[in-house]
Amino acid sequence: MAARSTPVKKAWRSLTWLMVIIVGLIAINGGGALLAGWNWVPKLALDLIGGTQIILAPKLESGQSVSADQLNQAVSIIRQRIDAAGVSESEINTQGSSNVVVSLPGIPDQATIDRIESSAKLEFRAVIQTDAAAVSNVGETPSPSPSPGASDSPAPSTSPEPAPSISPSNASDPAWVTPALQKQFDDFNCADVEKANTNVAPADKPLITCEINGTLTDALPDYKYILGPVEVSGERIKDATNGLVANSQGVSTNQWGVNIVFDAEGAKQFGEVTTRLYGLTGARHQFAIVLDGQVISAPTTNAVITDGKPQITGSFTQETSKTLADQLKFGALPIGFLVQSKESITATLGTTQLLSGLLAGAIGLMLVIGYSLLQYRTLGLVTVASLVVAFSITYLIVTILSWREGYRLSLAGVAGLIVAIGITADSFIVYFERIRDELRDGRVLVSAVEAGWKRALRTIFASDAVNFLAAIVLFLLAVGNVRGFALTLGLTTIVDVLVVTMFTHPMMQLLANTEFFGGGHRFSGLDPKALGAVYRGRAQFRAPAASVGSGKAASASKEAARRQTIAERKAAELAAGKPGTSSQRSKGKDS
Amino acid sequence: MASFSQFGNDLYTGKRSYDFVGKKYLWYAIAIVLIALALGITLLRGGFEFGIEFRGGSQFEISKTTNLDQTFAANAVTAEVPKANPRVTVIGGSSVRIQTDQLTNAQNDQVRDALAAAYEVTPKQVTASYIGATWGADITSTAIRGLITFLVLAAVVMAIYFRTWKMSLAAMIALLHDLIITAGVYGVLQFEVTPAAVIGFLTILGYSLYDTVVVFDKIRENTMEDGGETRRTFSESVNLAVNQTLVRSINTSVVALLPVGAILFIGAALLGAGTLRDISLALFIGMLVGTYSTIFIAAPLYAHLRSSEDAIQKQSKKLLQSRKSAAVTE
Repeated sequence: MAARSTPVKKAWRSLTWLMVIIVGLIAINGGGALLAGWNWVPKLALDLIGGTQIILAPKLESGQSVSADQLNQAVSIIRQRIDAAGVSESEINTQGSSNVVVSLPGIPDQATIDRIESSAKLEFRAVIQTDAAAVSNVGETPSPSPSPGASDSPAPSTSPEPAPSISPSNASDPAWVTPALQKQFDDFNCADVEKANTNVAPADKPLITCEINGTLTDALPDYKYILGPVEVSGERIKDATNGLVANSQGVSTNQWGVNIVFDAEGAKQFGEVTTRLYGLTGARHQFAIVLDGQVISAPTTNAVITDGKPQITGSFTQETSKTLADQLKFGALPIGFLVQSKESITATLGTTQLLSGLLAGAIGLMLVIGYSLLQYRTLGLVTVASLVVAFSITYLIVTILSWREGYRLSLAGVAGLIVAIGITADSFIVYFERIRDELRDGRVLVSAVEAGWKRALRTIFASDAVNFLAAIVLFLLAVGNVRGFALTLGLTTIVDVLVVTMFTHPMMQLLANTEFFGGGHRFSGLDPKALGAVYRGRAQFRAPAASVGSGKAASASKEAARRQTIAERKAAELAAGKPGTSSQRSKGKDS
Repeated sequence: MASFSQFGNDLYTGKRSYDFVGKKYLWYAIAIVLIALALGITLLRGGFEFGIEFRGGSQFEISKTTNLDQTFAANAVTAEVPKANPRVTVIGGSSVRIQTDQLTNAQNDQVRDALAAAYEVTPKQVTASYIGATWGADITSTAIRGLITFLVLAAVVMAIYFRTWKMSLAAMIALLHDLIITAGVYGVLQFEVTPAAVIGFLTILGYSLYDTVVVFDKIRENTMEDGGETRRTFSESVNLAVNQTLVRSINTSVVALLPVGAILFIGAALLGAGTLRDISLALFIGMLVGTYSTIFIAAPLYAHLRSSEDAIQKQSKKLLQSRKSAAVTE
């Protein structure tokens, strides 16, 4: 067979790109191993390697009790928070009548525990009185905040206004400050705010609390506030994201913030608050963003915000802003929790199950290889090589995902990967059968590979698209184990398409030009004789089924023409002009 | 395998042909009987047996023990309550935790005593409590929402790709058939439904549609290329496509079933009940049924759905008439 330069060149180009991808993946993994302490083995999930069991007990005031509904709600919210941090297939359930048990693989750090246990109850309250000095939020927000008007510019210091003895008319009314409250405020020590029960004040009562600056921005003292009743609560939050804060010119600063989107009701409430505060002066010009009973920031109201999209700034890092955004998005826990115990747990399944699974995988793979060789002779080796390439890429990606994104391989995941062998091999089978069909129609191998590929690729794309759709939808919408499954499915589907286009097809293009395959050797699996192409006489060509009426197709009903793609029309035309290939075909037969 | 490739050749040319489309009522009847059996027996047996992950259960914790052998606990529990499905974990360095299906109070006491005896501790060192489901209602509801979204999107995508909604409908009906029968196996055998089984079930969902799309793509190709003046009726074209992809269907299902069969064998024979057996059983049955339903349900149903269309009816009438007259003149 004369070498056809274009397909061969294309084949080498594809194979080179595939090598680049594999080397790239190895480099990422190697870089991670050198710099970030990764390993070359993916991390295992709870069922295989065990992890840590955290028992959370609700923070209850005396006489308060927790209902089953609240507990289930808490489990659901905690699950979403953990899922947002990666696909770890953690287990969360209730224990007894009041505890929540969270089982995580590995040893969680303090940040993970904070993410789980804090209630994340967000409230917007108007500031009535504060001891914050004129220097107040300067250090905290160097630039005016971008959210239209809500900025942390220095709050002008005001002396506490005397409390008039009339009933308060709105949430900013100084009338809330009774002498008793004033005394409590004066005596309040910010060091106690951590110890105090969160959300101590009911939503319709004023709250005395602090803005704690001590830990991060050490230059600033803590500020005390008397805040009005809750005006907008966290339940009104529709979405929350974290991002870099932009200044008034729209230039991004290196400060992290949390962007909130309120629902319609929340936007209306928030608009009313800012309208009222805009007209006030002094401390009452500010509103406070209160999280779990502590003020995170108390910006002044520089404009009326009616679009319901405020931004929270404060002393955030990228990680803490992401955590807060996730917590706000999934809602506050109905009750606060405290870690009661934290202990390591062993795997429920353990290594015997994993080893058995791997053994089963190995046996399955051997059977697949045996069957491929039996069915496709030497061509089966292409299947085997493709599966090896697919396995290597999948393994590398799983390892990278496990170290980078917190993906954990559970036994169900291992089984899913083993099952993927079948679905991946199907692409090769569809392709090989198409090549054989083209050979049966009397093509020589080189053109049969190209024509078969065009048809096979369409089928492979269409069917893989269905799997990929399932993976995307389930990954976005589902939680827990289902999400882990979706990731595995999506991953194996992408690898399947990658391998069949960048490895299997180029290999076939190259092999088609060898004497062994192109000449249709008995053991090549592509012997035209065995495929029935030989039974037709030299001069009589059975019109290939694929091109039945291909000439007529042009004149056929509009419907049919509309459904035919250009590629197919070309293929049909090509098939119709087959007589030109007769000499090559008989040559193949003779050799 | 010369004979097998000869088999493929004959299927391709139409020399050998199995009448999948023509005997549609037989396949419909089989499907209806199977579905009725799956649903009926499952209902008679009292529905599905959901595992501890879905329903919650009982938990025992043996504290301050020096013996941390996990098999002791499993044996002690199953000796008292054979169907308790214990999951044993070592907590910290000195406690053993056993989670079982929900037990009655009497069973609770029996198991506690048995555990105390097995680990040679006083019954007071064994605490019993109840635990909630790890696969909560929230996971189920989000999964169902995801599935419905997926099915609607998949139906739309297929209708656009194949340019006929009838293929979507046929594929969805075949999918439903697969899911009911696969689920029925769990109901009929009263196997515990675990999260692993549900994951296996979801895999089937993808596989069944995938398999149908592959065969439908060939049907689309054949029926489209027929054009106006073909020698085959629409149903015959569909049938030919199914025959032409039969070798592929057989090869694919064998290749897909071999690894699953290996897991099932290892899981069931060597390890007994567990995650591996649960997931591979659902997969094995589902894949088998998934391939079967594409050939015997989806394709005939599609031909059936299209057969009432005017153009197709006219064409097949014309063809059959000309064949008849040809037979007469000969």
